[in-house]
Amino acid sequence: MSQPPTATPITTSDPNASRTANEFLTFRLGNEEYGIEILKVQEIRGYDAITRIANVPEFIKGVVNLRGIIVPIVDMRIKFNLGTVEYNQFTVVIILNVAGRVMGMVVDGVSDVITLAAEQVRPAPDFAANLDTEYIIGLGTVDKRMLILMDIEALMCSAEIGLNGPDIH
Amino acid sequence: MDDLSEFHGVFFDEATEHLDGMESLLLSIDVNAPDKEQLNPIFRAAHSIKGGAAMFGFQDIAELTHEMETVFDRVRKGQMPLSKDLVDVFLISGDLLRAMLGVRKDDGDEVPREEVSALCARLRLFLEPEATASEISVMVAGSAVKVSGGEAVQAASASTAPPLSLARGKSDPEVPEATVKRRKTKKSAEKSPPAVTAGISTIAPVNQCKVNSNEAVTPAVTSLSPLAEKKDFGLFVDPATLPANLPGATAMRPGGAKIDELKGVAKPEAATPSATDASSIRVSVQKVDQLINLVGELVITQAILAQAASCADPKLYQALSQLERNTRDLQESAMSIRMLPISFVFGRFPRVVRDLADKLNKQVELKTEGEGTELDKGLIERIVDPLTHLVRNSLDHGIELPAVRQAAGKPAKGTITLRAFHRGGNVMIEVSDDGAGLNRERLLSRARERGASVSDSMSDQEVFQLIFEAGFSTAEKITDVSGRGVGMDVVRRNIREMGGNVEINSNLGAGTCISIRLPLTLAILDGMSVAVGKEVFIIPLTYIIESLRPIAADVKAVSAKEKVVRVRGEYLPLIALHEVFNLRPEAREVHEGMVVILESDGRKTAVFVDALVGQHQVVIKSLERNFRRVQSVSGATIMGDGRVALILDVAELVDGTAGTAASTTRTTAK
Repeated sequence: MSQPPTATPITTSDPNASRTANEFLTFRLGNEEYGIEILKVQEIRGYDAITRIANVPEFIKGVVNLRGIIVPIVDMRIKFNLGTVEYNQFTVVIILNVAGRVMGMVVDGVSDVITLAAEQVRPAPDFAANLDTEYIIGLGTVDKRMLILMDIEALMCSAEIGLNGPDIH
Repeated sequence: MDDLSEFHGVFFDEATEHLDGMESLLLSIDVNAPDKEQLNPIFRAAHSIKGGAAMFGFQDIAELTHEMETVFDRVRKGQMPLSKDLVDVFLISGDLLRAMLGVRKDDGDEVPREEVSALCARLRLFLEPEATASEISVMVAGSAVKVSGGEAVQAASASTAPPLSLARGKSDPEVPEATVKRRKTKKSAEKSPPAVTAGISTIAPVNQCKVNSNEAVTPAVTSLSPLAEKKDFGLFVDPATLPANLPGATAMRPGGAKIDELKGVAKPEAATPSATDASSIRVSVQKVDQLINLVGELVITQAILAQAASCADPKLYQALSQLERNTRDLQESAMSIRMLPISFVFGRFPRVVRDLADKLNKQVELKTEGEGTELDKGLIERIVDPLTHLVRNSLDHGIELPAVRQAAGKPAKGTITLRAFHRGGNVMIEVSDDGAGLNRERLLSRARERGASVSDSMSDQEVFQLIFEAGFSTAEKITDVSGRGVGMDVVRRNIREMGGNVEINSNLGAGTCISIRLPLTLAILDGMSVAVGKEVFIIPLTYIIESLRPIAADVKAVSAKEKVVRVRGEYLPLIALHEVFNLRPEAREVHEGMVVILESDGRKTAVFVDALVGQHQVVIKSLERNFRRVQSVSGATIMGDGRVALILDVAELVDGTAGTAASTTRTTAK
C-alpha cells in the first residue's frame, strides 16, 4: 500500500505551535470547505467501475477494486445533502485509511494541503455545519478561509455511516 | 516484562512446535525398547519450553516442564525404565502445557493451579525419594544463566575457572536447544559476536539470548578439552562464526567424563538434522497474503493490457503473451507459499486414536498415506474438526470390539487409514476403516422412523448420505464419543463451506470409506458468473445442479410474491436474484431469462437470473475487511475487467426464503 503523500511538518518559530501543528487535506462539499487530517488519507483517485450493494442507504455507493482490495465508497454529497451529485471524470474519491480499514469518500473536489497550528483552530459552535458537531474537531482559519475540520475516523466508523455496522438486511 | 512481551508470540509458536514434536515422539516410541534418538528430543522439548517459560516469567509452565525434564533426564540416561504410565503422564502434561499456553495467549480458560501441582507431584513420584538434589541445582543454575544471559556471556567468554561449571551446567541443557534452533542460530550468530564482546546489559530477546549463550558455551567447551571433536559443535555453530582467538583459551583440560556426556548429547543431533528446517523461513501469513493479492492484481492488469493491445503491433502482442505466461507462473508460485502438507492435520490423529481406542477398549492401528499432499493453510485449519469427527466416528461406530472382529474372522486389531492425494484440481482426503460398514437396511428403517421420505429403490450412495442429516444416528447407545447424531451434518456443512463435498462408500462387514473432496485452495473458487441487470454475480459451482430456461407454463405464482417453477415434476421455490439485490433486470419474465437450480443442505431452490455469463475460477476477496457483511453474499472477487463481482452465499440465499418457500412447496405439491 502506498504511503499517504505527506510532506514533512512545517515548523514555525513558536515551539508550542509547532508541537501541535497538523496538516490537513482540504476538500469542498457544496459551498463549504472541509479539512481532514492528512495522515488518514491514503490516496486520491477518480470515480469509476463501482459495484452496487443491495439494500444499503443511498450514500453508500457500493464497492470498488483498489489494487486487489475491496473498498466501500461513501458519497458525502448525498450523505450531507450538499453539492450537486453527478459522476463524471472530475468526480474525486478520497481513499481513507481509518481504524485499520480502507474506505473511499466522494467529495466535490480536493483543494490543497495546509498546515494549521493549534491557535488557528477554534472550537466549533453547534450550528456550524450540516454535520453533527460530534464529528467536528473545530474550525480552522487560514487567511480569510474557514475550514471545518472533520474527525473523519469517528465519522466513518460511526453507526450513522454504518460501514462496519451490523449486517445489512 | 513489557519489553519481552513482543517475543511472547515467538515463544508460544516455538513451545507449541516443541509440544507437537514431543507428542508425536511419545506416541511413536516403543515403551519396552525406547530409542535414545527419540528420548533426547523429548527431553530437549521439555527443556526448551522450560527455558523460555522461565525467561518470560511463566512460573507454572516452567515448574511443570522442570519436573518433566527431570524425570525424562533419568529415562534417557537409562537410570529409569520408560513405562506406559509415564508416557500417559507426559501426554497429559503436554495437554496441560498447551492449555497454559492458551491462557497466556488469551484464548482459554484459566488452568487451575492445583492441577499443575498435582501433575508435578505425579511426575515426582516416578523419581526415587532422593530427588537428586544435584541435578536440580544444575537445572537451577541453568535457568539462572538463562535469565541473566548477558552476564553469562561475559563470564563465560572470559573463560576463567568459575564460569566453567556455570558453562557446563548450562551447556548440557542448552546445546540441544541451540541445535533445534540451528537455523536461526546460524543466521543471527553472524551478528552476535560484537554483541557478545560488547557485553549485554539488559536481558536479550529470546533468539539473541540463545545465540549468545551458544556462543559462550562453545568457546568454553572447546577450552575444556581441545580433544572434544569440534566437528560435533560445528553442526550447530557455523565454524566460520567461532571466535578466531579460540585456541588461546585451550589451556584447561577437565575430566573426560563430562565431555563424554556432553558429546552424548551433541552426537544424536548429527543424526537428526531435518532438511526442511534448514531451508525454510518463518514468514507471517499476512505478508504472503499481501503478495498473493498483489500478484492477483498483476494478473488483472495484465489482462487489461492484453485486451488493449490486441490490435496493436504483433511484437508487443508477443511480449504480452509472454508476460501472461510469466504472471500465471508467478501467481501459481505465490499461491503455493500458502500451501502446507496435510501432515499438519494427520499428525494429531495418532493421539486421538490412541486415547479413544483405550477408552473404548478397542485395538486400532492408524495408517496415514500421502502426508506430503499440500493444501491451502486456510483449508488445513478448517479441515481439522470435520476430519476429527470422521475419525472418531470410524473408531466408535466402524471398528468393532476385538472379540466381535475375531468372531467375524477379522484380525482383532482394526485399521483406520487416512489418505490424502491429488485428483484433478482437487485434493482428496479419505478416512477408511475395516470395521462393520454401514447397514443399508438399518439406515432406511431409521430414516422411516424419523419420518423422512425414503424408498427401497434409493441408491446406496443416497442411502449413505442419510447419515449426514441432522439428528440422524443409528447408534444403539449414546456414548460421550458419538451417537447423538450431532456432527455429521456439521461435517458436511463445513466441508461444503470450504467448497468441497463428501462421499461415502461402504460394504457391510468390510468397512467404510468416506472421501472428502476439497479445492486446492480457499482463495480460489470455481464459479458460474450470472448477469442480473448491469451486475454480475458469482455462484459457487459446488452448489449448482443445473441451469435451464423454463417455459412460461412451468412457472406458477403461489401468492402475489412467491413463485415456484416445475422442473421434472418437482416444484422448486423460485428466487428472483434481482429482487434479492434490488436491481432492475433485463429479463422481466422468468421464461425470458435463465433459472439456476441450486442445492444447499438437501434443499433445492431455483434462482432466476438474466443470463449465464460463463464459468471462471475466481479469487475470493473479503468484503468484510473494509466493509461489512452483506446478506446473501459470502465475498467478492475481481473480474477480468477490474470490476468487483459479488459471490453469492447460497446457503443464506436459500435459507432467507426457506420459511415461506418450503411451505409453499408443500402446498403446491398437494
